[in-house]
Amino acid sequence: MSSAAIPQPSSVDANAPLLEVRAVAKRFGSRDVLKNISLYIASGEFLTLLGESGSGKTTLLRLIAGFEQPTSGEIWMSGERLDTLPPYKRRVNTVFQNYALFPHLNVRDNVAYGLRVQGVPKNEIPARVDEALNMVKMEEFAAARPSRLSGGQQQRVALARALVNRPQLLLLDEPLSALDANLRKQMQSELKALQREIGTTFLFVTHDQEEAMALSDRIALLRDGALEQVASPRDIYAHPATAYTALFIGQTNLLPGEIRGSIATCGALRWPLDEPDGPVLFSLRPETIRLSPDGMRQANEVKFRASVHQQVFAGASELLEVDCGAGQLLRVRLPACGPLTGEHEFVFSIADATRVAD
Amino acid sequence: MYSRAYKTIVSAPPLLWIALFLLLPYALMLAHSFWAVQDGALVHHWNLDNYKKLFTNPLYAQVLFRTMRIAASVMLCSLLLGYPLAYYLSFHSGPRKELLYQLVIVPLWVSYLVRGYAWKTILGSEGVLNGFLQYLHITHEPVSFLLYSPFAVVLMLTHIYTPFVFLPIYASLEHIPRPLVEASQDLGATPASNFFRVILPLSIPGLLAGAIFAFLLSIGDFLAPLLVGGPSGTMIANIVQTLFGAVYDWPLGAAISVGILLISISLLFLTERLEKRWSFK
Repeated sequence: MSSAAIPQPSSVDANAPLLEVRAVAKRFGSRDVLKNISLYIASGEFLTLLGESGSGKTTLLRLIAGFEQPTSGEIWMSGERLDTLPPYKRRVNTVFQNYALFPHLNVRDNVAYGLRVQGVPKNEIPARVDEALNMVKMEEFAAARPSRLSGGQQQRVALARALVNRPQLLLLDEPLSALDANLRKQMQSELKALQREIGTTFLFVTHDQEEAMALSDRIALLRDGALEQVASPRDIYAHPATAYTALFIGQTNLLPGEIRGSIATCGALRWPLDEPDGPVLFSLRPETIRLSPDGMRQANEVKFRASVHQQVFAGASELLEVDCGAGQLLRVRLPACGPLTGEHEFVFSIADATRVAD
Repeated sequence: MYSRAYKTIVSAPPLLWIALFLLLPYALMLAHSFWAVQDGALVHHWNLDNYKKLFTNPLYAQVLFRTMRIAASVMLCSLLLGYPLAYYLSFHSGPRKELLYQLVIVPLWVSYLVRGYAWKTILGSEGVLNGFLQYLHITHEPVSFLLYSPFAVVLMLTHIYTPFVFLPIYASLEHIPRPLVEASQDLGATPASNFFRVILPLSIPGLLAGAIFAFLLSIGDFLAPLLVGGPSGTMIANIVQTLFGAVYDWPLGAAISVGILLISISLLFLTERLEKRWSFK
């Protein structure tokens, strides 16, 4: 199939940046909440702002929605300056953390709110509201007050209320954080399916790295108000640029060591590495380390003996803490294999030891 | 869980207080309204004459009507002053919020009488306001309608009750979750439609509470008409006071009081129904 010949709908044209954040900084009093953020979001993309609480992710979202003004820098959307417009003039809609449904309006009126205040012709409103409620499977609750709905149902209504306006960009501020774990997983997949179906650009904020990995086309990791790394989930997981990223996204072993004469040495582990001499830091994911039952080793692998220090059974896998000598502990994730004790041979491939910045 | 003894000890004093100083006086008042006065002395002779007088003598209806009109004006004026004040403080005052709040509350510490006499000083024909108007040559002789008129009563009561109206409105505005306001703007509401579609509907319980406060406190007021009302500003409570104090016709005074009480209770009941209708939890 030659997909190039088929004209893509503009909403999923992945090359056109829809939103551009240019050198934006935000200062509250003497605190720099955001420092020189530059970021683009492609049309149709699902981008996640990931970070700990206080990293500035919600502030960035609020700057784009228009609830805060940047101290410096500019925000552009579809070739138009966005940060100088009041919130009600932006073609951006938000799904709020605690849904912020209007308690005095029923579900239908909540969803219709945006269309009414924007002066959409009265005869168009019912059909669009029905369409939006149908999209989130909430038609049967149209007459209910928000207070009668469960968290998950309120979540859907909040989504419908935002999407009914056909925003160019949908902002989602930790929308799933108030839901319990099971419902959360279910909403994640529904959200992703919905985004694929309607092709609206999503900017999603979360502190949950698993959620970010599951949903996003790209993840922008924020740390203390600065962008730490922006990459696809697979990229950011396999190639974390910094120790912070490696630790924040998934689990890892950080191995401090040094390179001398094209040999990397990290405690008891050593392997050839053709790079200049000096101190180094490696990230080695626990699941990249395997048992080496036959004692054989490929040329590009590192083999080591270690004693099992601790073992935690996690269903499909086992989490081990192994001691490779001199108190150097490594975390190892193996497929479920039954209890292990004593010394074993482990192996990992050199390519999996990713060099990271401090 | 609290023990039975604890509950009794805690609830006895307020219940006793209510019984002694609220229920008992009301019962006495109700009884008086069915008694009579003969030769200047109270006789415990049950009858309905006092209530008949209320409906046959046009003076009472006239004063009651004026009282309601004054109370309604006070309610309206203090809402018009108190709501914008509360709205500004709650949504737009920024870091000055605490200070401004205190400034609104401070007048409540000043004695009612002091404020009454202050208005006399301001509004009188030799008063501050007339002096000022003549100094500016806006008028050449003292303007007389300022003092001793229903206008003066409304002015003084509005001044006194605006903080009472402000407080419940401010409380209900403060309780509106700010994300709701942001959601409204986010969905495209201009500041005006944001106010009328979200803020105003959600502050109605406070608005009703403030309105009923101003109205009921004004209906029962007798000092303001006494100080600044003059004959044309006489209110129903003045008549009650005269009946109890000067005329010594307690039964008739009690009958009027019962009437006012019934009006007040029905209004409170109505307001409560409305407040329930407009509160969303």
